[in-house]
Amino acid sequence: MSALAVSGVSKRFGSLQVLRDINLSLEKGQMLALIGRSGSGKSTLLRCMNGLERIDAGHITIGGHALSYAPAALRRLRQDVGIVFQAYNLFPHLTVGRNIMLAPRLVLRWPSARAEARAREVLATVGLSEKFDAYPNQLSGGQQQRVAIARSLAMAPQVMLFDEVTSALDPELTGEVLITMENLARSGMTMVLVTHEMSFARSIAHIVAFMHDGRIHEIAPAKDLFARPRTEELRRFLSSTL
Amino acid sequence: MTYQFQFGAVFARAELLIDGFLLTLQLTVLTGLIGLILGLSCAVIRTYGPRPARMAVATYVEIFRNTPFLVQLFLIFFGIPEIGKTFGLRWLPSPYMAGLAALSVNIGAYATEIIRAGLQSVHRSQVEAAESLGLTRWQVIRYVILPPALRNVYPALSSEFILLMLGTSVVSVISVEELTGTANLIQSETYRTFETYALIWVIYFALALVLKGILDAIAARFIGRQKPPPAAAGAAHA
Amino acid sequence: MRSFGLNDVWYLLIATQWTIYLTVVAFLVGGALGLWLAVVRTGGSRFGNGLALVWIRSFQNTPLLVQLFLIYYGLGLFGFRLPPFVAAAVGLICYASAFLAEIWRGCILSVPRQQWEAADALALTPWQIRWYVILPQALRIAIPPTVGFLVKLIKNSSLASVVGMTELMRAATAINNATYQPFKVFLCAAIIYFLLCFPLTMLSRRFERQLDVSTRG
Repeated sequence: MSALAVSGVSKRFGSLQVLRDINLSLEKGQMLALIGRSGSGKSTLLRCMNGLERIDAGHITIGGHALSYAPAALRRLRQDVGIVFQAYNLFPHLTVGRNIMLAPRLVLRWPSARAEARAREVLATVGLSEKFDAYPNQLSGGQQQRVAIARSLAMAPQVMLFDEVTSALDPELTGEVLITMENLARSGMTMVLVTHEMSFARSIAHIVAFMHDGRIHEIAPAKDLFARPRTEELRRFLSSTL
Repeated sequence: MTYQFQFGAVFARAELLIDGFLLTLQLTVLTGLIGLILGLSCAVIRTYGPRPARMAVATYVEIFRNTPFLVQLFLIFFGIPEIGKTFGLRWLPSPYMAGLAALSVNIGAYATEIIRAGLQSVHRSQVEAAESLGLTRWQVIRYVILPPALRNVYPALSSEFILLMLGTSVVSVISVEELTGTANLIQSETYRTFETYALIWVIYFALALVLKGILDAIAARFIGRQKPPPAAAGAAHA
Repeated sequence: MRSFGLNDVWYLLIATQWTIYLTVVAFLVGGALGLWLAVVRTGGSRFGNGLALVWIRSFQNTPLLVQLFLIYYGLGLFGFRLPPFVAAAVGLICYASAFLAEIWRGCILSVPRQQWEAADALALTPWQIRWYVILPQALRIAIPPTVGFLVKLIKNSSLASVVGMTELMRAATAINNATYQPFKVFLCAAIIYFLLCFPLTMLSRRFERQLDVSTRG
């Protein structure tokens, strides 16, 4: 069974049609990169996958859950689908350790010792063990983003979503975040990311989808898509990002 | 004509004044706590509750913020027993109970508005991050929104608390014998009006300063530590 | 014992005039004093700043009711027989000056430092800088909290009744003594106060929203 299946998904914001009949599927352990100009609908599509935005038509199955908006069902889905945001969205009043422990304790009802052990484990995965007791505003942007990845990872999700996670970072800080994501991909995590990092998408992603005007304009294995763009729109987009 | 200041007669009633002072403190702390709980609940309902509940809270807040405390006090102390009688209820609140009730609902309305502003100051993306981790609505409010919200409005809440302390003096009008109430008694017995009020004026002033000191110390202890030390703040830009 | 009727409502409305006069006098005179205090507080003189601060804290950190008692009874002992209106007005003026000074000081300080520097660089005198550059900008920010304080002043003018001035609250108390129908009488007073205050509260909020939009855009 595929880890992600999107079929016939459409969405509009008022009179603006932002997604038109999207169909996708992704195998377990694979990485899908969504690329395209801003306003093409790629972030909206990603946010639909864990129910942050509502779809008007179609179906989404992700991490073994059919998307539904009943609060309890949505919470169960979200336990298995992590998301990392462009602006990190760490909780500023909690230390790094407590940021990571929050969901395991409240959602999975783990005792505090177990949650702490898990937090230390995932923090080591992203290479920030020594920051357990720091507050988010004491960290650099790149470090905050790695903590945000660790926070999602602590819930042991089936699928992880990444919404332009390096766009808010200075160029010299994007590297450390991309390396963290690459390691995650190598460990077999199923990942969907919206990104502007073309070389990253090209070298790490299995499948790349180019979105244009609310549609999936082209979708192909990463090598093929970048090497042989079939449409004029993708060709123009790729040359503009060089 | 020269006036001879005579504080002696007033100091002779020190015991009475101390009782009054303690009652002022008690009223302040009790109504502060009740008002805080009331304000917290109402602010959460006003922001996240169902529409009818939101409207009800808004009405409560507007009524109490747009009428004088003195009128509210008289309505509770004199007015409620009157309408109670027409429904066959014999309820006569003591001045103390009426004062406590009036102060609590009054400060509750102000606290609601302050805390509501705090809830709105927490960015929507914080809620999205918490919901994406599978937290329930209540958990999101309790663990993600409320702590930074309260932290943001702590200065406003603490100056409201000082105003509340000063405002307790008004319940002396229905003969509650807190600090101002005992002063009224003492000056009517000693005829040392100016000395009496000057003395409690100083006491209120000192109490306001002490309370502010305590509230600031609490802020430094529990809120200040979230601020990064200068070195770490620099690192964030590195 | 007579019953609460339309005549009494009329009497309350007549008394409301005095609530308004008292508030307006306290606001205008207290505002002028407060503005001067705010300017002194943001000026360079440490001595002036200290004196202004003593004045402001004296009225901010003590109950208005006690201030009114001190002025009404206290000054009487020195041979000044103050009519209740004057005593109440003096009390509310001092009170308003202290709070408005602090509100406006905050507004003056919120004008960015660069504005002072830019004006300074143009060789304006300190008073010119304040009058032509800082105050006009501070004024915009000051309107919502100032209107908000006006509401507070209307409400607190009810304490003048305690020192014997016949305004709305004291008129209500007098009618209550004659009719002993406190619920109707004080509810009527509350409604009049609400009708005075609520429009101003809404106005203050509207100014605030406009300010939000203009500073964000």
